[in-house]
Amino acid sequence: MNKKVSQNIAFFIFKFFGVLVIGILFSIIGFIGYNGIQVISWEFLTEFPKEGMTSGGIFPAIVGTFYLVVGSLIFAFPLGVMSAIYTTEYAGKGWIVRIIRIMTNNLASIPSIVFGLFGMALFVNKLNFGDSILAGSLTLGLLVLPLIIRTSEEALLAVPQSYREGSLALGATKLQTIRRIVLPAAFGNIITGLILSIGRVSGETAPILFTVAAYFLPKLPSGIFDQAMALPYHLYVLATSGTDLEASRPMAYGTALVLILIVLIMNLIASFFRKKL
Amino acid sequence: MIEAKNIDFYYGNFQALKNISMKIEPKTVTAFIGPSGCGKSTFLRIFNRMNDLIKDTQMEGECLINGQNIYDKSINIDNLRKDVGMVFQKPNPFPKSIFENVAYGLRVNNMGDKSFIGQRVEESLKDAALWDEVKDKLNKSAYELSGGQQQRLCIARALAVKPSIILMDEPASALDPISTSKIEELIHNLKNQYTIVIVTHNMQQAARVSDNTGFFMLGELIEYSNTKKMFLNPEKETTQNYITGRFG
Amino acid sequence: MHKQKIHRRILDKITEKLLTLSGALTSIIIVFISVFLFTEGIGLFNTPDIEEGYALYVNSENRIDNLSPEETKQIFDAEVTSWKAFGGEDVAINVFRLDAIFNFYSENELGENYELLPEKLGEVISREKGIIAFLPNEYAPQGLQVRKLETATVTLEDYFLGTDWIPTATPAPLFGVLPLVLGTLLVSFGAMIIALPLGLGVAIYLSELAGNRERKLMKPLVELLAGIPSVVYGFFGLVIVAPLVQKAFNLPVGETALTGSIILAIMALPTIISVAEDAMRNTPLGMREASLALGATKWQTIYKVVIPYAKSGISAAIVLGIGRAIGETMAVLMVTGNAAVMPTSFFESVRTIPATIAAELGEAPAGGAHYQALFLLGAILFVFTLIISVSAELISKKRHS
Repeated sequence: MNKKVSQNIAFFIFKFFGVLVIGILFSIIGFIGYNGIQVISWEFLTEFPKEGMTSGGIFPAIVGTFYLVVGSLIFAFPLGVMSAIYTTEYAGKGWIVRIIRIMTNNLASIPSIVFGLFGMALFVNKLNFGDSILAGSLTLGLLVLPLIIRTSEEALLAVPQSYREGSLALGATKLQTIRRIVLPAAFGNIITGLILSIGRVSGETAPILFTVAAYFLPKLPSGIFDQAMALPYHLYVLATSGTDLEASRPMAYGTALVLILIVLIMNLIASFFRKKL
Repeated sequence: MIEAKNIDFYYGNFQALKNISMKIEPKTVTAFIGPSGCGKSTFLRIFNRMNDLIKDTQMEGECLINGQNIYDKSINIDNLRKDVGMVFQKPNPFPKSIFENVAYGLRVNNMGDKSFIGQRVEESLKDAALWDEVKDKLNKSAYELSGGQQQRLCIARALAVKPSIILMDEPASALDPISTSKIEELIHNLKNQYTIVIVTHNMQQAARVSDNTGFFMLGELIEYSNTKKMFLNPEKETTQNYITGRFG
Repeated sequence: MHKQKIHRRILDKITEKLLTLSGALTSIIIVFISVFLFTEGIGLFNTPDIEEGYALYVNSENRIDNLSPEETKQIFDAEVTSWKAFGGEDVAINVFRLDAIFNFYSENELGENYELLPEKLGEVISREKGIIAFLPNEYAPQGLQVRKLETATVTLEDYFLGTDWIPTATPAPLFGVLPLVLGTLLVSFGAMIIALPLGLGVAIYLSELAGNRERKLMKPLVELLAGIPSVVYGFFGLVIVAPLVQKAFNLPVGETALTGSIILAIMALPTIISVAEDAMRNTPLGMREASLALGATKWQTIYKVVIPYAKSGISAAIVLGIGRAIGETMAVLMVTGNAAVMPTSFFESVRTIPATIAAELGEAPAGGAHYQALFLLGAILFVFTLIISVSAELISKKRHS
């Protein structure tokens, strides 16, 4: 029964791998959750860092990340949805769509540090925005654009053709049909893409290194041309280049937990929207 | 010799087979006919436990092949399926060469060395009446064959492991008339060596190829007898109605 | 009424034009990115290979005409001590920097605003046969016995084949990217060795073995693994994996290529799992049934039918996993130790291309040689990932018809 034995061995290994991967996930979340939960408090979320980032809170980093999320999506979300509308509703099925799709995939595969380089060269230096929320938001916006395009495309493609035909048959123009029938029907899934983008933007570090992120700021940014602190960069700083690494470790656990919670919550909300359809 | 005893089969809550018993003699061709959804394919797949693959199903009763209950715990399913070959409704060759398709069963069952495999592949292709058409392109992809050729390749693939029983689930339903007649001719020739059970929706086909016929309806075996008798002089009125085309 | 209609039609036309334009958006961005990376970086090959605003001077009797950056570094690091090594006379090399002038002259002798400095420098150089002086242009030495060395520009060879990345060295910074390229490849290769068996195993498990409930449970978890920010992975690697690696292999430090590979493997897993699983689930049921009906076991069916059928999808999964690993920045920056040396083993510190950019761009003055060298690194990375992305595209196109 040789072949039965090899099957049992193989299946045991695969099952073990499955358990292992889940184990890795839980050990990361568990480790950071356990250490982080002891740090997180109302003060931690609402105060500025104190004593060389060894106590106090992460409030300015939360605010900065919030600004960056809003700033990047204000610009990337409409553009991404428009691009998706063009490819699904207008471009047909020819080579144009194929090229657009390949380009979108390519853009998605470009490493985030390259976006950082580009953002620095174009927004910070050439357009002279300086290190600013504006430059950082635009850079992050470019980064999430493919994600928004792809989820919106899927959402639009899932709208039954009969909806469109029904509307067109009543004398509506193509644009009216898209605005009144297609977009509302695809709304839930498009929002899913938006929410996943929030998670993505909140966690990216490399693109903001040279476009906006500040090591420490004593006050909140007051305009789009100000620098800002941000959660992921703050974690990087706490973990690698604080004044006293051991003493700022608890702050780092707390920051990491906040980051994971943002992603977790966004994933949950996204799956809720997806289910509703 | 196949012997089914009081077989019930359920898909979830739906009872697909109701208390079916049947004996099938060696080296005969037995056809199952009946309207679609009557359970004839489900019953066929009892014989090689193919229904095990479908989730949420349940079987009761016994099925003996050569005196052994194939649903017994001690049965090795892979060996059972090696002994009970199957040909499917749509030709489903693997994305491999013609040669490798036929050799597949031999390889997975560790049967014989290289020269033996070469020999068995040739024999099987000859038995399946395909040898002359493919002998010069054994290394070509199986997808280069026509639909009818692909189906005969699948038959050759089933023959290669020397099963004692071959199950055919509407083997000609996806083929044109000429390919169909080739398959039927093949079934006729294979009868000398194999026990063949064939499911078909085509009554003329059943009449042409089989020795015995079972007529199924709504999960029940309505009538099971000699094919000639069934078509000329059925016992039950339902059978008569179906054969003369009053419903189905 | 009629006027309104015309307005609406114009508005519609504009909207449609805008939509068309946004369709081309991603292509435009990609063109922009590549243009910027190259134009910012390409200037490197026009910059002199020693620090800007400086020059090297020798005694005119010296037969050497020019030195490569590599040679300059060897001289100033005192690794080479005789001109003979570069084809000159057997004279000891005497390295001279500006502040050494005070060994020869007092401050008074150099004049009020150092106006006599060039002259005095010329005197020193004329006196010493084996001298090489690294001096700013504003104090260019004057004297008959002084010869300025030709400055070359950074060559393609210096950049792509150089084995030293020391961008802040004086007088001649070295921009050899080979250690960085190899570091990147080593860490990614290690990550794939870990992630492939694991990822493909889980993909097989999910597509072939797991029940519906298990799959419904595991898929979102794998997605979550993909969503965790890379800096969190880096942090985890820094405080957990690095010490473990250090202990397990009894190393002086835990921040090694291996640590990077482990973290990258975890990060590449979700990509590999989901793409490979999709491909395997696409194998037609009929194909599986045919194999099982021939007496093949489930496992034989998987590796003889399902995997060959899903071959192209699985290859795409592998390629995309590699892409993810090569481009990852923060996590690698935090756990590999970042020594820019030619990598020799998994148990040493290495530095990857993305980590180099992230670590150094902040200190490189815009427009300078270092800045340009980093942009070229970005361009290399960009080309790498573009190739990977396009080949993944081509591979998965090659599906069975």
